[in-house]
Amino acid sequence: MEPILRTENLTIRFGGHTAVDHVNFNMPEKHLKSIIGPNGAGKTTFFNLISGELMPSAGDVYFKGQSLAQKSAIERTRMGLGRSFQITNVFPNLTVLENVRLAVQSKEKVRYQLFRHYKSYKAITEKAEELLTLVLLDNKRDALTTMLSHGEKRKLEIAMLLALDTEILLLDEPTAGMSLEEVPTILEIIRTIKKQGDKTILLIEHKMDMILDLSDSIMVLFNGQLLADGTLEDIMKNETVQNAYLGGLYDEHLTEIK
Amino acid sequence: MKNKLSLKYVGFFLMLAILVLLPFVNDSRTLMILLTQIFIFGILAMSYDILLGYTGIVSFGHAMFFGIGAYTTSVMLKQMDNTLSIFLLSIVVGILIAGFISFLVGLLTLRLKSHFFAMLTLAFSGLFLVVAEKWRSITYGNDGFTFRAPDIFRDRITFYFFVLACLVFIFIALYRFVNSPTGRILIAVRENEQRTKSLGYNTLHYKVIASVVAGTVASLAGALYAISLRFVNTSVMTMDITLDALLMTIIGGVGTLVGPLLGAAVIEYAQHTLSGLARDYPIFERWIIFFGILYILAVIFFPKGIIGSLRMMYWKWRLKLKEKDKTSVAQPQEKERFE
Repeated sequence: MEPILRTENLTIRFGGHTAVDHVNFNMPEKHLKSIIGPNGAGKTTFFNLISGELMPSAGDVYFKGQSLAQKSAIERTRMGLGRSFQITNVFPNLTVLENVRLAVQSKEKVRYQLFRHYKSYKAITEKAEELLTLVLLDNKRDALTTMLSHGEKRKLEIAMLLALDTEILLLDEPTAGMSLEEVPTILEIIRTIKKQGDKTILLIEHKMDMILDLSDSIMVLFNGQLLADGTLEDIMKNETVQNAYLGGLYDEHLTEIK
Repeated sequence: MKNKLSLKYVGFFLMLAILVLLPFVNDSRTLMILLTQIFIFGILAMSYDILLGYTGIVSFGHAMFFGIGAYTTSVMLKQMDNTLSIFLLSIVVGILIAGFISFLVGLLTLRLKSHFFAMLTLAFSGLFLVVAEKWRSITYGNDGFTFRAPDIFRDRITFYFFVLACLVFIFIALYRFVNSPTGRILIAVRENEQRTKSLGYNTLHYKVIASVVAGTVASLAGALYAISLRFVNTSVMTMDITLDALLMTIIGGVGTLVGPLLGAAVIEYAQHTLSGLARDYPIFERWIIFFGILYILAVIFFPKGIIGSLRMMYWKWRLKLKEKDKTSVAQPQEKERFE
């Protein structure tokens, strides 16, 4: 079966530094894959290449077999690639509901209506409210987003991503900077989405227990290269991965620099 | 929510009633001229608010659309005839030209980051100023020219009502516009353009829409301004007009629509009285100095403008009420949980 998302020799160089180095990977449909790797391994850059924020130096991304080389980030979102951001990126001075409502409005393709009152689109508001309930933010709907705690902003971020109703969700460290008590709620939210069973999810995460809990498969990035991609057992058995995580490769890398 | 909404409507109709009845109570020439001027600059300031307050675009070239409107009407009335139908036609023509140019300029410049955009708008409006100066056969250069307004507008009160009607129409139209789905996207662009893009909106389109709406409305204000003076010269294209609009918007409150109207009233009134004081105190001939001070004070103490500050106070007050409610309701719930 054609994978829903595929990269071919995906590479990007920033000056002399190769941040993502010839990555080939396949993403089966309705699958949850986690990407792990040390800081600076190129995980977020890899996401940026898929979502179109960055254009590759070489290689290409394919969505349902179609090349994305000529597609802008906006077009990719509309095609069905939604992403969340590692650094919370919401509309600070709008209410929580309005943030989600704007995302739903985009999905519903209500873009160039200049005269009708936005509140008369009841279905959009209702959908937004429903999503806020899903991420447990319904009690904050009228709060300004600047007033939210970090964890709440992350939840809002997920709600906005879900509002776009894209087939693929790219989640860039949904728990980054969250307190330990807040992590289980995010975990629960992702689990709920997964259980609904119509999304393909690509997840960058550092918290191993969460990865073990959620993932169907795991891929390991190190220095921009794809070290391994497979089920949990495969990854655990893989020697290069063990070395990378035990520090072997990293030390080697350091001596190279020296 | 319902309560607040009806309060808004009551305020609107009350204000409208006062303005409609006023000429029957007091039709002094100065008052009529002052109010007409306030309405015209109110329209201009509202159009600027669409850019600055709703879309977050700082334009230094807004005067060019005002100037386009003013010149189109003046030239057509002078060259063709001073009938009402020519006047109405000239407004349409002015709007079309301003719309076309704002579309073109927007498309060319709005891709740029904000400060480059601001510089380019300055350059474009400079270009139009030069055209107005050099195309002497039509514009009579710096000296400008007088023309005859349509006969019906010779009566100040008729003109007052005409401008008031324009103001009300523009206010309602812009109010609908900023509360439409597209208007909400403009606000999203102001708040976080990159995020708006990642939601799948092509932000350039929206910025161009805002620029066209603002440009056409400004050209209407320009046309009315020309009629009110029955004279036009290059001053309608100068930076002063843009700065006036900027000042009115900021003092009144950006992103509120009512704010710029209020700002226009405050500034036009201040200008009127301050220059009136000059007879006794020569320093007031330089009333612009006081504007500078007013401006600095406004930015320091009311960064959100008059309406913006009032709104903040209102929200804080409501929040306090809500919190009071919550604490009184929350306590019994706590108890239940313990049991």
